Amino acid sequence: MQTPFYENHRASNAKIVDFHGWDMPLEYSGIIDEHKTVRNSVGLFDVSHMGRFVMKGSKSSEYVQNLVTNDISKLNDNQGLYSPMCNHDGGIVDDVIVFRISKEEFLVVVNASNREKDFRWMVQNSEPTGVVDKSEEISLLALQGPQAHTTLKKIVDIDLGQIKPFGIQQTTILGSKCMISRTGYTGEDGFEIFCDSTKPEIWNKIIDAGAEFNIKPIGLGARDTLRLEAGLMLYGNDIDEQTTPFEAPLKWTVKLEKDFIGKKALLEKKPEKKLIGFEVKEKRIARHGNAVLRDGIKCGHVTSGSFSPTLKKSIGFCYLPTDVVADQSIEIEIGGKTYESKVCSTRFYKRN
Amino acid sequence: MQDPRFTKEHEWVMISDGLAIVGISDFAQEHLGDIVSIELPKTGSTFKQNQVMAIVDSIKASSDIYCPLSGQVEKINEELQEHPEWINQSPYDKGWMVKIKPSNEGELESLMTKAQYDEFVGQIK
Repeated sequence: MQTPFYENHRASNAKIVDFHGWDMPLEYSGIIDEHKTVRNSVGLFDVSHMGRFVMKGSKSSEYVQNLVTNDISKLNDNQGLYSPMCNHDGGIVDDVIVFRISKEEFLVVVNASNREKDFRWMVQNSEPTGVVDKSEEISLLALQGPQAHTTLKKIVDIDLGQIKPFGIQQTTILGSKCMISRTGYTGEDGFEIFCDSTKPEIWNKIIDAGAEFNIKPIGLGARDTLRLEAGLMLYGNDIDEQTTPFEAPLKWTVKLEKDFIGKKALLEKKPEKKLIGFEVKEKRIARHGNAVLRDGIKCGHVTSGSFSPTLKKSIGFCYLPTDVVADQSIEIEIGGKTYESKVCSTRFYKRN
Repeated sequence: MQDPRFTKEHEWVMISDGLAIVGISDFAQEHLGDIVSIELPKTGSTFKQNQVMAIVDSIKASSDIYCPLSGQVEKINEELQEHPEWINQSPYDKGWMVKIKPSNEGELESLMTKAQYDEFVGQIK
């Protein structure tokens, strides 16, 4: 499958890879160059492979509230939040962003890898006629970095300053209706733009607007290193149906004062493991699946590992037994050899 | 200095003053993407042809580097520890990895010439 912006990626000499059935750009100018562009200026991502579902109807807020662990009752119109969506065992079906468009309409953004599964799950747990998959008619771009605001401001007629983190507003770009949210997956300030899939020219409009800041298109490679530095989970790597929000560092998204699918299991089940950050002392890169040892005994595995272009260190996430403590020494097995590493916060990077 | 020869694993080797200089090809660095670290062998260690002698990590993947000719490591490019990006930027010059004293220069004949390698790479692409 291809997104509406596929030709733009080809024109920018992207290396294209298959990502859950989508032909997506892995990199354009190079992962490190793209990573630094987002940290220092502004970058544009095509994230149209992600799913966009709309749930409508008088009972939609009740259904959404039951589906997610976070509390959507506190949302006003045009506000959103991040939340896991759990199964009855407390395992994470997906992590999503929910926007309240109006009292009876919610927009849910889900991971590309989970589109079909999530749709079935949401239909199964709501009035089936209320959930509509809008992923084809709405495409999704992310504009991220310290110059994202100044770039986007040039082409929209709303005050972007009014959109607070996780807020969303309607506007037009090139005469076409779109919605802009202040969200992202990079640890930088930025926006996501929900636009008409029949208007791929929006891509070049944004690139032109960002030219004075040396805007660059950013591929999935840098998207991964950016989110890892920022301590953000990747579904399928760091979290899945075998992990709970209490095992991942997502306790803050679970509101036990309300009801939701999986709550009972989460209350009963003791967390079996804990996701932590680590730094490898040498520069060897840990990869998903590498064994983690403590006192010479295998006790966990790496879920995400990469090179941090900002810190110039080998970093990652892994699961360890729940008695793990900060700064503890661990070893990571890479290619049959063990490498000395240290437990640290999952937030490797915080913007000033 | 002679023309480089190439392995199917994308190393190049060039004989200069009796030593075999080894690195990875432009195709290999391009394929790996940004290289962020390298583990080089110790000087004095010996390898047989096609034995793993080094490992490079790019952001995307870890790759073994195979010794193209049997022999003893005389010199390693220590500067790559600080500047692994040289392997991307200058794979045939500043990005050289090791210099080997070959024990059997005849093994060179088993490797591809530049023209043969270009054809080989053309097939992969």
